[in-house]
Amino acid sequence: MNIHAIRAIYLFEMARTKRTLLQSIVSPVISTSLYFVVFGAAIGSRIPQIDGIGYGSFIVPGLVMLSLLTQSLSNASFGIYFPKFTGTIYELLSAPVSYVEIILSYVGAAATKSILLGAIILATAGLFVPLHIEHPFWMILFLLLTAVTFSLLGFIIGIWADNFEKLQLVPLLIITPLTFLGGSFYSLDMLPPFWQQVSLFNPVVYLISGFRWSFYGIADVAVGVSLGMTMLFLAVCVAVVAWIFKTGYRLKA
Amino acid sequence: MSVIINVANLSKTYASGFRALRAVNLEIRQGEIFALLGPNGAGKTTLISIICGIVRPSEGKVTVAGHDIIRDYRAARSLIGLVPQELTTDAFESVWTTVSLSRGLFGKAPNPAHLEKVLRELSLWDKKNNRIITLSGGMKRRLLIAKALSHEPQILFLDEPTAGVDVELRREMWALVRRLRSSGVTIILTTHYIEEAEEMADRVGVINNGEIIVVEDKAELMRKLGRKQLTLQLRQPLGEIPPALQRHRLELANDGSELIYTYDSRAAHGEHDGIVALLDDLTAAGIGFKDLHTTQSSLEDIFVGLLRSGR
Repeated sequence: MNIHAIRAIYLFEMARTKRTLLQSIVSPVISTSLYFVVFGAAIGSRIPQIDGIGYGSFIVPGLVMLSLLTQSLSNASFGIYFPKFTGTIYELLSAPVSYVEIILSYVGAAATKSILLGAIILATAGLFVPLHIEHPFWMILFLLLTAVTFSLLGFIIGIWADNFEKLQLVPLLIITPLTFLGGSFYSLDMLPPFWQQVSLFNPVVYLISGFRWSFYGIADVAVGVSLGMTMLFLAVCVAVVAWIFKTGYRLKA
Repeated sequence: MSVIINVANLSKTYASGFRALRAVNLEIRQGEIFALLGPNGAGKTTLISIICGIVRPSEGKVTVAGHDIIRDYRAARSLIGLVPQELTTDAFESVWTTVSLSRGLFGKAPNPAHLEKVLRELSLWDKKNNRIITLSGGMKRRLLIAKALSHEPQILFLDEPTAGVDVELRREMWALVRRLRSSGVTIILTTHYIEEAEEMADRVGVINNGEIIVVEDKAELMRKLGRKQLTLQLRQPLGEIPPALQRHRLELANDGSELIYTYDSRAAHGEHDGIVALLDDLTAAGIGFKDLHTTQSSLEDIFVGLLRSGR
């Protein structure tokens, strides 16, 4: 194991995070606050409690997930896309590092940053609504699993993208709709039966449901299923990354 | 000298179908400066990229200090420093951050003292906290060298190190390369500036259309293929070469006012050929000349000649 390389890449990526920290914190904090003002205070006060929880509190896990997903994706995809774009990837490819080490360091750094942001958003939410975390261990587990899984997905997107448009495309066209339709702002049983069935094909549903369960003990789907689906998604991402490195896809001619 | 890099039967065909390398065989000796010459698109960068692990070979085998570059890539790559042709840098990072990254990537424990030494040697020490984007082109070029040296490689690849570099910096780089060589580092440089190879190299390889045309000791190559030319400016222009002079294989130039004699500089000249014989024959034929000068072909002439004959 080339520990020095893992450390060097991780620190290098975290230095970039540190340099851009203000802008990476400010925008999610502002958008989260806006959600609370609009959905929590303005609209939420007219929405009845869901499963005995005030609407403002109900949407917290979904909002944290929303930021966690988008941040993990954008951090990891940018982290590997940028060296490809500038050409500095030559150094990574010529270095005595294994694929596992590359993944550990890049995905580790991206996940670290998004978990930090998730924590900040959770703290911001705590300023607006009462928070209650029933299963802290599970909450952290879901946070970690989701950050790692979506950082892996971001890594894949970063390797696949050969221009900045594509880099934005997947988060914009797929992830944002999936998150909004994944039960961030509502409980699945508020949907007509047909759409409830359709929702079960959305992987984000399982993440948000499991995450919300760790807060309030309520879930749209059984927590075991949530965990299983998250692991499955993680496994798929790992398989794709393994294939990318095996074939050198978009990395090596 | 022992062989440090061994390239055997190496071919590369890109996905587009372009054959960049055709069964290349090459041995680089430990501690030498090897210049790989060739026109643009000849396959120089592809060859280097394969040895360094950036491009995958289609066929063939490469070993670095006995380590197969694919099976034993860690051992092979950790010996190599690469200075790429393009000025690719992490524009927003500082000089120090980027050289620290390079050292770590190649599996070396942090060593600020070594990094300081490298940066000082390349006159970048006072820029260590500057963002790379603020550096001049020459500084960026030096930074790429600093990155490659940050992990104390035994082999250094310099891909077109002096492309677009001013004369002074070029001289500095040559001096640096010589210092590195004297510290035991093997250096492979690609260039299409022949004078660079002529100035620096111990051995020269010429590559064209993905094939190595020749690999030779530089001095040997210049002796073997080098030619001398004697140009005589005649008093009276000649319409044609007189029969008495035919055996010297002369050429007329400049409307017959110049007589050019090309000869092999290493051939021993007897009574019946060579300059002395020619001058005797000229006197006998009554051809007078005002002036004369000789020129010796440079590596550049040799190179152009090789490429022509290779086509």
